[in-house]
Amino acid sequence: MPVKFSIQRLSTYYGSVQALRSLSMDVAPNRILGIIGPAGSGKTSFLRTLNRLNDLLPDFRAEGRVLLDGVDINGPDTDPVLLRRRVGMVFAMPVPLPMSIYENLVYGPKLTGIRDYQRLGEIVEKSLRAAFLWDEVKDRLNLPALRLSGGQQQRLCLARTLALSPEVILLDEPSSGLDPISTARIEEALAELKSAYTIILVTNNTKQASRVADETAFFLMGELIEIGPTEKIFTAPKDRRTEDYVTGRFG
Amino acid sequence: MRLPPRLTQAFVVSLLGLATAATLVILVFVIVFILRKGLPAIDSEFLFTKPQDMGRAGGILPTLVASVILPLIAVAIAAPLGISTAVYLTEYTRESRVTRMIRFGADCLAGIPSILFGLFGFIFFVTILRMGWSLLSGGLTLALMILPTIIRTTEEAIRAVPNAYREVSTSLGATRFRTTAKVVLPNALPGIVTGIMLGVGRSIGETAAVIFTAGSSLRMPASIFDSSRTMSVHFYILAREGLSSEMAYGTAAVLILSVLAVNLVAYGLMNRFIRRRS
Amino acid sequence: MIRIGEKTVRRLLMAAAFSAIGGLLLIALFIFKEGLSFFIETGFRRFLFSDVWDPQSGRFGIFPMLVASLWVTLGAMTLGAPLGVSVAIFLVEFVPRSVMRVVKPTIELLAGIPSVVYGFIGVMVLAPFIRSSFGGPGLSLLAASFILGVMILPTIISISVDAITAVPASYREGSFALGATRWQTVRMVVLKAARSGIIASVILGMGRAVGETMAVIMVAGNAVKIPHSPLDSVRTLTANIALEMGYATGRHREALFATGIVLFVVIMILNTAAGVMVRKRVSGKRG
Repeated sequence: MPVKFSIQRLSTYYGSVQALRSLSMDVAPNRILGIIGPAGSGKTSFLRTLNRLNDLLPDFRAEGRVLLDGVDINGPDTDPVLLRRRVGMVFAMPVPLPMSIYENLVYGPKLTGIRDYQRLGEIVEKSLRAAFLWDEVKDRLNLPALRLSGGQQQRLCLARTLALSPEVILLDEPSSGLDPISTARIEEALAELKSAYTIILVTNNTKQASRVADETAFFLMGELIEIGPTEKIFTAPKDRRTEDYVTGRFG
Repeated sequence: MRLPPRLTQAFVVSLLGLATAATLVILVFVIVFILRKGLPAIDSEFLFTKPQDMGRAGGILPTLVASVILPLIAVAIAAPLGISTAVYLTEYTRESRVTRMIRFGADCLAGIPSILFGLFGFIFFVTILRMGWSLLSGGLTLALMILPTIIRTTEEAIRAVPNAYREVSTSLGATRFRTTAKVVLPNALPGIVTGIMLGVGRSIGETAAVIFTAGSSLRMPASIFDSSRTMSVHFYILAREGLSSEMAYGTAAVLILSVLAVNLVAYGLMNRFIRRRS
Repeated sequence: MIRIGEKTVRRLLMAAAFSAIGGLLLIALFIFKEGLSFFIETGFRRFLFSDVWDPQSGRFGIFPMLVASLWVTLGAMTLGAPLGVSVAIFLVEFVPRSVMRVVKPTIELLAGIPSVVYGFIGVMVLAPFIRSSFGGPGLSLLAASFILGVMILPTIISISVDAITAVPASYREGSFALGATRWQTVRMVVLKAARSGIIASVILGMGRAVGETMAVIMVAGNAVKIPHSPLDSVRTLTANIALEMGYATGRHREALFATGIVLFVVIMILNTAAGVMVRKRVSGKRG
């Protein structure tokens, strides 16, 4: 099986608080990996380690190795800025930057040096279509992004990430604040996207994982309890704690 | 004997209310008094002609010009320095002994009396650097004076920018500099402008630091290397030497109106900024 | 290409960040450089405690100015501190928030009124009033104290309001729940919690009063003598510098810079004290 991300004995700390405990797993390309687990189980910390967003926090520390296509992302050969262009991220709450829809979408591409308007226009359209947002906003790309509804904002954030043409997309509970219809739209988009990307989806909604994920990992208290094909995790988990969680006995 | 708590409260509250009313009355009196006596003196001749006979007659044009140029020089120097300082403190470093030292320095600078700025500007810019009494010497001195205000307000404005914006920008592959330039500073702009405007207001009203650095020549300045008299210095000289109370009141009125206008803009921006945040 | 800038940017910003403290050090350096040797040659005690200031005969004692600055500042504080703190309490505790949101900026706006304007009002209105009601020259310690007391109000009010506002609502609720009236709550709980912030505001106000120059020159009368009554004409340290700087040369000028040193030291002590108070407030809030 090909491997996109290989995580080896990863531990993370915020000051003296440990978030992840010696976590090891492989992430396959062109699939959706769902990560489930109760609040505080380290899911978000894990995600933010993969694009080194945790670097922004002054007292963050990571041990172990994270390999992207075989190269250590914390190694001297990796530029975190370039890494983040390859590993895009959609946050839990939709955070459009306070600019127009168009400016939000070209923010990333412009940083990579693309200046050509036609080219930018193509990227905008392609990303919006992939996020199922094109038809709703195509006539008002200059509208401030903050005027969109919550569901539209989150799809805009997805499109904004796609505009970077990343290899991996990290989604941190992308539908936690959304209504069921918007959630369905996002999930629909993800199903389409997986053929071209590696998708890691953190969710506190086990049903969402069961709907869209190919594989599912269960985190608890900073540890990886179990990882496997989604169907197996939900119907025949090996670990008692996984079973308790997916059947809704806690969390 | 003890009064019942309710009665004590009523008594104390009336006293406090009285204090507040007195304060407002005094402060409003200052403005109304000057404007009532000064506004009649203001006409286009007063604003747009040169003074005659040491300022006993004519207008205040050169001083008006000096009062525009001097704050501009001060801001042109202090704004880049102050904004850079604030960006460094908030975006480029962690709290440490160095940042505490920088903040302490800025706080102390803010407390230095203007006469000491005047002394320093006189010895350093005017004498040692041989700039003479000039708009440039005055502007540099004022720049130091308003620097702490700009640092403080910019820092507050930057801290108010939601962290999520920084994370999003970073996650989209922006360097720290790009994130600061494209997301943080534009969102902090109203707060930054507020700080700058407060600095401008202070520069317009300042006298002690200016009189020893920009001098008091009544001629129209031809360049920033010329000595020039600002409105506040002109007003001070008119009032102290008893040259003409009509001219003094008129100058004071223009002075107050410009400072209030500048400060009003500053507070207006700040309010809009605060409202947008909440 | 994008990454090259980062380190340079950081270095440039760091250099700029030292501008404020650099400025402060420059000011200290040059004022000390010009005045320190005079200070030392004349002798600490002769300079500070001799009451003869006669530049023509080369005698420089700043005792009268020292006393005058002290009295004028004390006078200003006697008016400004209670009045300012009262206003702050009233605005935060006894007035609807909407009213405060109008009144506080109005008062802060007035902090922008140039000091020469206050001085002028003192000359035109206050001094004649004092002269006709109490006698004396009018331009006096009393007039200077009153004008300064008013000038420092915005500083005291603004910082005190912030300190009182920062007291958590839960403190007040706890007190109300025990049956205290609003005023009892303010007196026993709120003021105690906001104490260091209020003290800081008063100290900063004091710094402004000590350092104020132009307004004081205009209203204090500027006679070099130790005042015996509030109606006497006095000359403060700041006024002394500003009045004579224009024409002073040689030893005389050095004496003025030495006066500047005294002023600088006093201000730094006040600033540091206020800074300690503010930090106390911050750490107190966290704890």
